[in-house]
Amino acid sequence: MDKEAVKKPAKAPLLVVSKRDALPLGKRILIRAAALVSAIIICALMILIVGKANPFLVFAAMFRGFFINILPSIYSVAILLGISLAVTPAFKMKFWNIGAEGQALVGALVTAVIMIVLGGKLPDPVVTVIMLLGAVIAGMLWGIIPAFFKAYWKTNETLFTLMMNYIAIEGVNLLLEVCGGPSHVVGRSLLEHGRMALFNEPYIIPIAVAAILAVVMFFYLKQSKQGYEISVVGESENTAKYIGINVKKVVIRTMAISGAICGLIGFMIVGGVDYGITTTTIGGRGFTAIMVSWLSKFNPFIMILTSFMIVFLEKGANSAASKFSLIDTNFSNVLIGIILFFLIGCEFFLEYKIHFGRSSKEVQK
Amino acid sequence: MSNTETTYALKLEHVTKRFGSKVIANNDVDLDLRTGEVLAILGENGSGKTTLMNMISGIYHPDEGEIYIKGEPAVINSPRDAFSYGVGMVHQHFKLIDVFTAAENIVLGINTEKYNLKEATRRITEISDKYGFDVDPGKKIYNMSVSEKQKVEIIKVLYRGADILILDEPTAVLTPQETEKLFNVIRRMRQDGKSIMIITHKLHEVMAISDRVAVLRKGMHIATVNTADVTESVLTDMMVGQKVSLDIARAEPKNTADRLIVKGLNLKNAEGVSVLDNIEFTARSGEILGIAGVAGSGQRELLETIAGLRVPNTGDITYIDPSNKSEVDLRKKTPMQIRDLGVRLSFVPEDRLGMGLVGNMDIIDNMMLRSYKGGKSMFLDRQPSKNLADKIIKSLEVVTPSATTPVRRLSGGNVQKVLVGREISSAPSVLMAAYPVRGLDINSSYTIYNLLNEQKENGVAVIFVGEDLDVLLELCDRIMVICGGAVTGIVDARTATKEGVGLLMTTRKQGAV
Repeated sequence: MDKEAVKKPAKAPLLVVSKRDALPLGKRILIRAAALVSAIIICALMILIVGKANPFLVFAAMFRGFFINILPSIYSVAILLGISLAVTPAFKMKFWNIGAEGQALVGALVTAVIMIVLGGKLPDPVVTVIMLLGAVIAGMLWGIIPAFFKAYWKTNETLFTLMMNYIAIEGVNLLLEVCGGPSHVVGRSLLEHGRMALFNEPYIIPIAVAAILAVVMFFYLKQSKQGYEISVVGESENTAKYIGINVKKVVIRTMAISGAICGLIGFMIVGGVDYGITTTTIGGRGFTAIMVSWLSKFNPFIMILTSFMIVFLEKGANSAASKFSLIDTNFSNVLIGIILFFLIGCEFFLEYKIHFGRSSKEVQK
Repeated sequence: MSNTETTYALKLEHVTKRFGSKVIANNDVDLDLRTGEVLAILGENGSGKTTLMNMISGIYHPDEGEIYIKGEPAVINSPRDAFSYGVGMVHQHFKLIDVFTAAENIVLGINTEKYNLKEATRRITEISDKYGFDVDPGKKIYNMSVSEKQKVEIIKVLYRGADILILDEPTAVLTPQETEKLFNVIRRMRQDGKSIMIITHKLHEVMAISDRVAVLRKGMHIATVNTADVTESVLTDMMVGQKVSLDIARAEPKNTADRLIVKGLNLKNAEGVSVLDNIEFTARSGEILGIAGVAGSGQRELLETIAGLRVPNTGDITYIDPSNKSEVDLRKKTPMQIRDLGVRLSFVPEDRLGMGLVGNMDIIDNMMLRSYKGGKSMFLDRQPSKNLADKIIKSLEVVTPSATTPVRRLSGGNVQKVLVGREISSAPSVLMAAYPVRGLDINSSYTIYNLLNEQKENGVAVIFVGEDLDVLLELCDRIMVICGGAVTGIVDARTATKEGVGLLMTTRKQGAV
């Protein structure tokens, strides 16, 4: 073997992925902004080439779609945010709760039933209060049941919470069957009493509630003893037992909180804005919320931004779709997909760096 | 290439590995492994042994430098590449699938041959017979003891045709008898022409098994010497770089009083096997009670039972409150109530971050594990924990970028300093420490011994579960020896001999299960 060959470094892998030191905040924001800009450029190209439309006009239409009717849009953000906040403690505890949809829907269902049964028989404010309590307790129960089984018999919470969703949906179907008459709709005419509104404006209360919840949840998770227990149980159940945390109690308590908030959201949708109920009242937001929560790394304030972004994309893209004939709702889903791909993908670059083999500097050494 | 050059099975030249910008795990390491020898790699914790081995086995890639295998420059980018060069690594933590049999685990991941379990079983038996393993290829992993699992791991790399074997602290989990068996296997492999690197902390094992010793210190290769030419104290000097006093200061116990009385303690595990058999002892304040025994004799279960993590089937655990001499029955208390009485369990289990600490939390939040409940407020007060974290980092010389660094990023020794530091800080009246120096380098070990001695002098009843008999004999006042879950003797550490304790450790009581 000649000497040259000995000195030459062995072939390094083409791409080396290594964990980086924590980046300063400014840089993290910059990387995320770069991801967003890249996503927008790709979206623009998609609109131009596939949709054969002017991307600027489409983007303008998206903005108009969201902002032209600002209060309902913010209300949608608030509802998504509320459910995201609800699922967060459970996920932080590594309790895979995919039952937020059902927990919110059962809250909505109980709200509607109380409206129908008690509406007109008691003063409206009393009905409202009973609705609120009923919805919160129902959501809480929907959360406690799988938690109880998980804590005492180690059942799989993912399957359990998923199935609880269907029970809630069938409960709504039953209500529609019983009270809906021939058209199977429980609509405005039936749900007149106990409506909740402030200044004749139905959206204000849900928005305010979600905002307060975000602040409360932030401090609950970061600064409260219960929040600390949730983190410990989520990170290591053995450690939790070792320091004397009652794991069963924490699991059940946390799911009770998750479920209760979901129930509250269900109440606000039916009792505050919709005054009606269908099986799609929650409309998949119980699942979208899981993504919002994880994408925000369980930080309630970042969840505000994330929920805003998702609602903006959905509302905006749908509104644009209705204006541009070549862009339909499927196309708007493609746009949402592209943007989420970039935003989630950039998280990788925040944690890791990629370089090509060895840098030339090192080879020279 | 001529044959004379192949006397080196493996050669490293100028190998450097960095993690992030601050940590240099290996710095310009030159190392060689001759064909057919046993090379011991000796070094303190964090000296870069495991990182070096991981580069050879393809888990990491060196930032700089060169690896030659059998004279050829080698590119090892994955464990699979390593196998193609005949390099097989047996990790400290086994990578086996519990529900599979030994044979299934061994053939798992081999895609160059047809899946034929019968043929595989035949070859496994052949390998077992050749080197003297006694492993049943059809046995499921979850039914195996630690040493059996280790054998499966070794057969796994032999099955893949490895002739360069790297064993990362293989004896850490073994009893002395099992270690001797392993060494016999290693000797047979050497006879068969295999080249073996063995990472270890234990000097007497280095002397017993290796042909040469390579000493690493702070990521650098200090020297490689022939084992026959050196003594243990020479190796210690090379390893630590400075003379470390081997005497552990031991004060005479003062003002001793009974603090914890255990009577007739019996515990059965989930399978109904008796793990604690009629244990009786008294721990006194101002004294260190050592617990000796081969690994898995019930030490862990005993401490967990006292701490309230397990409920004994029968027996009494009585705590005598130092403030008013009243007797408290610990059996009826929850772990939280026991803790509030001042009974502290500092546990350093095999799985370091699995119990005493939370890996993803920073040092401050880990300090808070013990104290977060304090006060009536529903909110946390992080300030005392922050002060404590700073104090421990300073007094125990914990190497960490800051108090807000997640503990999983610290090295093993530093993790243990954080844990033991926290347990001691809470001014306990009973301190139970299980393997508090396991995996720690010599300097850190002495820091821990001094801390335990300090606690003893402060009137704490210290219970120390150890594995190194020399340490037990020098540190403790009394030593309780357990074997198979039963007490085989309680001896005075000042007069007991190593042989005497060793005998008790291996002599089962009449009638014990």
